[in-house]
Amino acid sequence: MAGKPSNNKKGAKAASSPQKNNKRKVAAVEAPSKKAKVAPSKAVKSNGKKAPAKADSESEDDESWAYGAVSESESEAEEMDDEFVSAEEGSDLETGALGDDFLGDEFAASDDDEGGPGADLLGSGDDEEEEEEEDIFASNSEDSDDDDMETKSRKLDAAKKAEEEEAEAELQTNIMLENDKYVLPGDDHEALHSTDLQVVLARIQEIVRVLNNFREMREGNRSRNDYISQLLKDLCMYYGYNEYLMEKLFYIFPVSEAIEFFEANEVPRPVTIRTNTLKTRRRELAQALINRGVNLDPVGKWSKVGLQVFDSPVPIGATPEYLAGHYMLQAASSFLPVMALAPQEHERVLDMASAPGGKSTYIAALLKNTGMVFANDANKDRTKSLVANIHRLGVKNAVVCNYDGREFPGVIGGFDRVLLDAPCSGTGVISKDASVKTNKSEQDFQMLSQLQKQLVLSAIDSVDAGSKTGGYIVYSTCSVVVDENEDVVNYALKKRPNVKLVSTGLDFGKEGFTRFREKVFHPSISLTRRYYPHMHNMDGFYVAKFKKLSNKIPTKKADDGIDLDEEEEFTPITEDSGKRQRGKKTSAAAKAAVTEADEISFNADEDEELIRSSQAKLLQSQKGIKLRPKKAESSKESK
Amino acid sequence: MRPLTELETKTFFEKLAKYIGRNITHLIDRGDETYCFRLHRDRVYYVSESVMRKATSVGRDQLISLGICFGKFTKTGKFRMHVTCLDYIAQYAKHKVWIKPNGEMPFLYGNHVVKAHIGRVTEDTPEHQGVIIYSMTDIPLGFGVTARSTSDTRKMEPTAIVVFHQADIGEYLRQEDTLF
Repeated sequence: MAGKPSNNKKGAKAASSPQKNNKRKVAAVEAPSKKAKVAPSKAVKSNGKKAPAKADSESEDDESWAYGAVSESESEAEEMDDEFVSAEEGSDLETGALGDDFLGDEFAASDDDEGGPGADLLGSGDDEEEEEEEDIFASNSEDSDDDDMETKSRKLDAAKKAEEEEAEAELQTNIMLENDKYVLPGDDHEALHSTDLQVVLARIQEIVRVLNNFREMREGNRSRNDYISQLLKDLCMYYGYNEYLMEKLFYIFPVSEAIEFFEANEVPRPVTIRTNTLKTRRRELAQALINRGVNLDPVGKWSKVGLQVFDSPVPIGATPEYLAGHYMLQAASSFLPVMALAPQEHERVLDMASAPGGKSTYIAALLKNTGMVFANDANKDRTKSLVANIHRLGVKNAVVCNYDGREFPGVIGGFDRVLLDAPCSGTGVISKDASVKTNKSEQDFQMLSQLQKQLVLSAIDSVDAGSKTGGYIVYSTCSVVVDENEDVVNYALKKRPNVKLVSTGLDFGKEGFTRFREKVFHPSISLTRRYYPHMHNMDGFYVAKFKKLSNKIPTKKADDGIDLDEEEEFTPITEDSGKRQRGKKTSAAAKAAVTEADEISFNADEDEELIRSSQAKLLQSQKGIKLRPKKAESSKESK
Repeated sequence: MRPLTELETKTFFEKLAKYIGRNITHLIDRGDETYCFRLHRDRVYYVSESVMRKATSVGRDQLISLGICFGKFTKTGKFRMHVTCLDYIAQYAKHKVWIKPNGEMPFLYGNHVVKAHIGRVTEDTPEHQGVIIYSMTDIPLGFGVTARSTSDTRKMEPTAIVVFHQADIGEYLRQEDTLF
C-alpha cells in the first residue's frame, strides 16, 4: 500500500504530543456515537476525502493508546508524564489490551452507529449539528438525492473500512517483519549505517513505535537498551548532533516527545517584540506598525506587552518606531524570568548577566524608571549593545558595569531583587544557533554548570533578605539540560539553607524534575518551570524563583565539609573570594604533607594520576571562561 | 567619575543652551529628585544623585555607563552632543521642525533635511539655531542646526537644505560601536 510510510509518520508525530491526543482520545471514547453521527453526513458529499482523514485519526488513536501502555509499564523510564498516565488509566487501558482489538472495537462502534444516525438525519432531523452540516455541504441538493447518495456512500464507506482494516493488519505484520530486519545483530547494523537519510528516518520511526509499545512489539529477548542505542545513533545522524549532547537531551523526554523536540529545533520560532511601556502603549505601537504593513498579533494571554510578528514588508529591527525605542526585539521566552522576578517600583534590582539588555530594560519598564537597575555583563564587547539598548529605550536609572558576576556581593550587595539569566549551553535555542549541536562537549557542560553554581550563590548573597518588598532571586537559563537547571538549583538549596523556592507566578510551563535518572532533587524543585520549543512554541527555557529568608551565610567550615564529602568531582571554588580558596589549598597541601610523613614511600601510579589531574586542571583554566583567581594559580603552576 | 570643572561646565552649557535655551534650569532644579552631571571617561552623564551614589561602588574600569549620556568632550576640548540625550532636549526644546513621512527615512540615514520634506516649523526660528526634528506623529527623530531662518526658507527651492543634520536615532544602529 502506497500510503503506508506517510501514515506511519503521522502516527509517530501524533503519538509524541500525548496530552493533545489524550483529550481527543478520551472524547472519542466518551462520545463515540456523536463522532459517528457526524461522519456519515460529511461523507454524503465528500466520499473521496473522508477516507484518508479517517485513516489518520485511527493511526493516531492507535499510537496514543500504545504510548499509554508503555508509560504504564515503563514508568521508571518516563517519569515526566504522570498526568498523562493518570488521564489515560481510566479511559483507555480497559478499552483494549491489544491494539488490534481496540481498533476493531472502534470500527465496530462506528459501523453500528452508521445506520442509526443516517436514519435520524432523514427522519426526525432534530440534531442541530447534523442540520448545520447538511446546510454547509448540501445546500443546493434535494432530499431525495440525499437518500440515494446516503445509501451509496454507506456502501462505499463499508468497503473502505474493510480495506483499511486489511491494510492496518498488513501494516502490523509488516512492522514486525521490519523490526526483525533492522534490530538483528552487529553486521546488519553496519550495513544499515551507510544508507541515506530517508531510510534512517524510517528506522527512527519504527524504533519509536517499538519503544512505545515495548512489551508487545519487542523482538525476541532484545533489551530496551539495544533499541535505544540504535535510535540514538540514528538520531545523531539524522539531526546532526554529537553523541554526548544527543544522549543528554534524549533522556529528558519520553521517546516520541524527544523526536518532536528535535524536530522543533529545526524550525525557527516566531519573531516577537516587547512594547516599551516607558515610551508607548501596546495598542498604539500595534497601530503604528500595522500602518507600516506589518502583520502582527498579541503574543498570548500571558503577556500584556508582547506582540508576535508574522511578516513584515520592512525590516522590523530598523523602523523609526524601533529606533525611537518603542519596542525591543526579544524572544518570548525571555519575558518569563522578568515576569517571575516581578520587580516593584522603587526597588534596586541587579541583572547579573544582562547583555544585550532585553531583560534589563523590561525590568526598568516595570520599575517605571524609579529605583535603579544594575546591569552587569562579564563581556565588555557585549556591553556596547547593552548601553545602546538602555539609551534607546529611555531607561534613566540604569548603571552598566563590567564585572565577572562571581565578584558580586563584593562590588555591591543588598539588592531587593536579583535576576540571574546564567550563561548556558544554549540547548534551548538550537533553532537559533545550530552550532550548539556539535560544539558542546562533556567538558563544556561541566565548566558551565560549575560557573552557574558559583553565580547562583553570588546572586543569592547579593540580595538583602530584610528588604520590605523584595528578597527574591530568579535563576533562568535558555537550556533544557538538567545539569544546568535543576542540578544548579538543588545545589543552591543545599549550600544556602537561608533560601527557599517559591512559585514563579507563571501559570504555564512544565514543572521542574524532582528526580531525573539517578539523581534525586529537593521536592520543592517542582515549583520551578520548564519551557520547551515543541510544547510552548518558544525557546527552551528554565525559570526558578528563590526567596531569601535571612542574611546569614553558612560558615566557611561547614562549607568545606560539604565540599569534601559530596562534591568531589568538581574543584570547589564555591567561595566568593579567591582568598579563601587559596587558604584551603594550602591546608590541603599541609594535609598531604602529613600523610606523606606518616608513610614515606613512593607510589608511581599515584604520582602519575596527580600529574594528570593537575595538567587537566591547567588546561581547563586556560580554555574558555576567565576566572581571575584561578588564572593566577595556573600561571603560578606553569612557572 | 567626577563633577565637571568650571570650564567644562561652561562649554557644555553653552552647547546645551543652543537647543533648550534657559530651560537648562529645569534639568538642574527638578521637583522630584536632585540630578547632577557627571564626567566619566570624557563623557557627560545626567543622573539622579541616588543612582550616582550607588554607582560610586563600581570601579572606574568596570563602570561603563550610568544614567543618560549627554555627549562627550572631544580631544580639542569642544563638547559634542550625542543622540542619547534626545529624550531630555526634546522635552525642553525651544525650536522644532516636523518632517513628513517621506522625509523620515532619508533623515534617519544621516542626510540633511531638504525643504520638500518639511512639514511644519516653529515660527521665527533664527539662522544657525539648534532644532529638534520630529516626525509628523511627534516622535523625536534627532536634532540639527537650521541653515536659514524660517522667513528665508519660504523663498528657497524645494531641494535646498533647510536643517543640517547633527544626530539622529538611526545612529543607534549605524554607530553603536563608536557612540558608547
